[in-house]
Amino acid sequence: MIRFILIQNRAGKTRLAKWYMNFDDAEKQKLIEEVHAVVTVRDAKHTNFVEFRNYKIVYRRYAGLYFCICVDVQDNNLNYLEAIHNFVEVLNEYFHNVCELDLVFNFYKVYTVVDEMFLAGEIRETSQTKVLKQLLMLNSLE
Amino acid sequence: MPAARGDGMRGLAVFISDIRNCKSKEAEIKRINKELANIRSKFKGDKTLDGYQKKKYVCKLLFIFLLGHDIDFGHMEAVNLLSSNKYTEKQIGYLFISVLVNTNSDLIRLIIQSIKNDLTARNPVHVNLALQCIANIGSREMAEAFSTDIPRLLVSGETIDVVKQSAALCLLRLFRIHPDIIPSGEWTNPDHSNSRIIHLLNDQHMGVVTAASSLIEALVKRSPDEYKGCVSLAVSRLSRIVTSSYTDLQDYTYYFVPAPWLSVKLLRLLQNYPPPDDPGVRGRLNECLETILNKAQEPPKSKKVQHSNAKNAVLFEAISLIIHSDSEPNLLVRACNQLGQFLTHRETNLRYLALESMCLLATSEFSHEAVKKHQETVINALKTERDVSVRQRAVDLLYAMCDRSNAEEIVQEMLNYLETADYSIREEMVLKVAILAEKYATDYSWYVDVILNLIRMAGDHVSEEVWYRVIQIVVNREDVQGYAAKTVFEALQAPACHENMVKVGGYILGEFGNLIAGDPRSAPIVQFNLLHSKYHLCSVATRALLLSTYIKFVNLFPEIKGQIQEVFKQDSNIRSSDAELQQRASEYLKLSIVASTDVLATVLEEMPPFPERESSILAILKKKKPGRTVEPIDPNKDTSQASTSSTTERHHHAEPTAHQNGQTDLLVDVLGDMYSSQSQSGAGLMNNAVGHQNNLGGGTAPVDNLSKLSWKNNGILYENDILQIGVKAEYRLNLGRMTLFYGNKSDFSLNGFNPTVAALGDLATRLTVQVKPVESTIVAGAQVQQTINIECLEDFKEYPSLVVTFLYNNTQQKLNLKLPVTINKFFEATDMNGETFFSRWKNLGGPQQETQSIFKAAHPMDSNANGAKLSGFGMQLLKGIDPNPDNFVCAAILHTRNQQIGCLLRLEPNRQAGMYRMTVRASKDTVSKQMCDLLAEHF
Repeated sequence: MIRFILIQNRAGKTRLAKWYMNFDDAEKQKLIEEVHAVVTVRDAKHTNFVEFRNYKIVYRRYAGLYFCICVDVQDNNLNYLEAIHNFVEVLNEYFHNVCELDLVFNFYKVYTVVDEMFLAGEIRETSQTKVLKQLLMLNSLE
Repeated sequence: MPAARGDGMRGLAVFISDIRNCKSKEAEIKRINKELANIRSKFKGDKTLDGYQKKKYVCKLLFIFLLGHDIDFGHMEAVNLLSSNKYTEKQIGYLFISVLVNTNSDLIRLIIQSIKNDLTARNPVHVNLALQCIANIGSREMAEAFSTDIPRLLVSGETIDVVKQSAALCLLRLFRIHPDIIPSGEWTNPDHSNSRIIHLLNDQHMGVVTAASSLIEALVKRSPDEYKGCVSLAVSRLSRIVTSSYTDLQDYTYYFVPAPWLSVKLLRLLQNYPPPDDPGVRGRLNECLETILNKAQEPPKSKKVQHSNAKNAVLFEAISLIIHSDSEPNLLVRACNQLGQFLTHRETNLRYLALESMCLLATSEFSHEAVKKHQETVINALKTERDVSVRQRAVDLLYAMCDRSNAEEIVQEMLNYLETADYSIREEMVLKVAILAEKYATDYSWYVDVILNLIRMAGDHVSEEVWYRVIQIVVNREDVQGYAAKTVFEALQAPACHENMVKVGGYILGEFGNLIAGDPRSAPIVQFNLLHSKYHLCSVATRALLLSTYIKFVNLFPEIKGQIQEVFKQDSNIRSSDAELQQRASEYLKLSIVASTDVLATVLEEMPPFPERESSILAILKKKKPGRTVEPIDPNKDTSQASTSSTTERHHHAEPTAHQNGQTDLLVDVLGDMYSSQSQSGAGLMNNAVGHQNNLGGGTAPVDNLSKLSWKNNGILYENDILQIGVKAEYRLNLGRMTLFYGNKSDFSLNGFNPTVAALGDLATRLTVQVKPVESTIVAGAQVQQTINIECLEDFKEYPSLVVTFLYNNTQQKLNLKLPVTINKFFEATDMNGETFFSRWKNLGGPQQETQSIFKAAHPMDSNANGAKLSGFGMQLLKGIDPNPDNFVCAAILHTRNQQIGCLLRLEPNRQAGMYRMTVRASKDTVSKQMCDLLAEHF
């Protein structure tokens, strides 16, 4: 199960934090910092997986942004690695060539995208067509 | 698709731009404060805000919160947005609540009501928002409130697909919190929703299947039998996906791979069951698995990494299922060959995952040999991989593929690697090498060499268990003793040798130094001088061990008695400020003077063999990496390798130095002082011997002292005929450290011993408990200890739970206990004079802050005993403050992580009536109540 999803830039600024476990605010902050420290030291020759506390982080870097998913140790790494990419492609389509600023100015919409694709720490919908159709419909609503 | 940019709230965009343009943190804070003031005035103002404005301001607040600032208003406005009819307003309301409102908020009733309205709304968009909100913040309360609505939405024929998907995962969230929301045991009724839930695997909409399969897996984990109908459904669904061409499942094809995520979920679901009994289903499943393996060999349909990742995600999951089933040799070998190809793939991810999966394959008898073919490649990975986590997996795999045929080579490679290995993995490597060397040793001199090499190269990472173990083995195997003595003697020649080497060397020479004393190069005095040259650089524990070695030398080599006595007599020993050293030096000195040769020979005789038991090192490795450690298999396993002893009498699980003293009976049982007044002389190093069960008598009813321990930190928590659990605890401010002592009173080993400590439910947010694991076996008569670190976050009522399970004489035993952790443990006794006391007492005069209880005395009304209980409870007794000398007044501060809570108490005995009146005032109402509850029963 997904424990949390983080999008951070290289400087460590959080662009999205989605939690599927109950952490208190201090703990969340600590996790954010730890993830940043763990992920940014790795280079392209490293795997996209890192052991992290009793979990693991599956992450992928897109330009200056790190997309990180924290999952259970037994979970399928490549499955979540591609879930990240699928999510990024949806964002890219939704925001027409997404960039970091889109995530800043439309932070409240990013949550909607996440909830369409992931829910309760599980993968909810994987079809880009279906997700985008739903988002388009929601966008047309007042 | 319309651009997502540009629409929405202008004010918000302007505000975000402003924040981004701030040049400094101060400027940012200033801008935020201005905005907060603005929003606050808008919310407070007379003019009613329209929905758009409300939405905009709530959204700004959310943005400010996400920047890391506290938000203490606006919650009500957000809740108001929930009842809006407009999607955008509702969405912001729900988002604010999901991110910011915690579930014990006062507003939760209102929120639940709004959600309820939306759940029953006709507009599916509203239903969906409500479901997503529950899935995000669902609590027990919500589980109870929606226990009928959500299952109904999930299985109703009228629900649209998008809503069904959310309902499935929403239900999953609530099920995790409150499993009763899906009652079990009604599966015989085919119309029942449980059976309908598994039929969602047949749903036309793949998204629904994707969502539902996560829910179903959770249900299956709870009651596999009840849901076993899902196996054939999952297999047929999988089969349809796997055999489809990528054009069939258009929406769900990802880079030419049909429905990879769903395939993975289905393959995982199947791993909860053994291979299907039904030959048809089983055949179909095997066909799927073969097809997946075949596809891996086909040329890729795309060069994109997404294509290969998605395909391999499915492949790895299929291999996991093949390994889980462990029944199809043909598939296992094919899987192994496939992974073998990945071992040299240019993608680091694949090499890593192949090593990881192969580790599991190595444990299957069908594929163990196939895995061994890749030994070269794996050793090469250990040497060349850049990413430490990949090297780590290579170590794991070498460990898993090790057997008698390749042990020497693998151990040697691991030793080579150890010299340059990253610090983060050294300790684990040491354990692994130690285990392999022991397990596959045919020649014990090789084993001794390996362990001494370990100490030489990575002494700091060699834990006590490792060197205890080498000593146990040397003591138990006569054929290796002379070699061991010679080897440690040589190792000690090194000018700088690790303290662990001194320990092993000291112990072994003390026992077997005589075996090499014939050689003038290692004559008694040479051995003694060599050891003693290290003495002053060693810690107290090691010195104590060396003193024991010396007294053993007195017996082995009477000719150097004089020199040894000189050492005992040195001020730094006989007058050592350390009680342990001083005691040993003086006792050994006396023993060497007064005891006859016969007595010496008897007392200082060679140690008897150690009882045979599972290597404690293995137990540690298992604990270090729960779920990741695989035990290497060995078809010719020979369990009688380590011991020449067949003794079944009770064994003291003391560490070797304790035995070496020849005075285990003097070792102090930490619990001993509670039962006997035996003096604490001869304290051993570890205090872990078991002594005094005999005093307790057998066949008595279990003792559970939970409540007594609320005012004592040390004592027996629980005791029955098999097990005694003792507690020792220390608290400082909001932190505590507790040690539990599990003593096996029976004549049998307790196996699979597993104590679980947890702060459950609400308590988890108030108290953290961190537990060190314990060994899974307690041999007859032995004792193990477990350390628990406790932190009080907030005041609390419940006790943490302690569930102990073990096998006793092949019968599963389970004890449900509670740990004696109560709020008063985090008290700091506070002294104050009368004036301060009364002024504070008055300050705490609010009706919420005081709790009073009038109760009948349950114990004799003894003033001294009462005083002792109150101070044991952690409070400062304030004498001479109350005009009535019979009354007690006390003060303390309760330390939690976030708060300090002052507590004052007054206890007034009424001897005529045999009653007490207890009044507690505390700056927090729950605390005064809880104190009254805790204390009343003790008087």
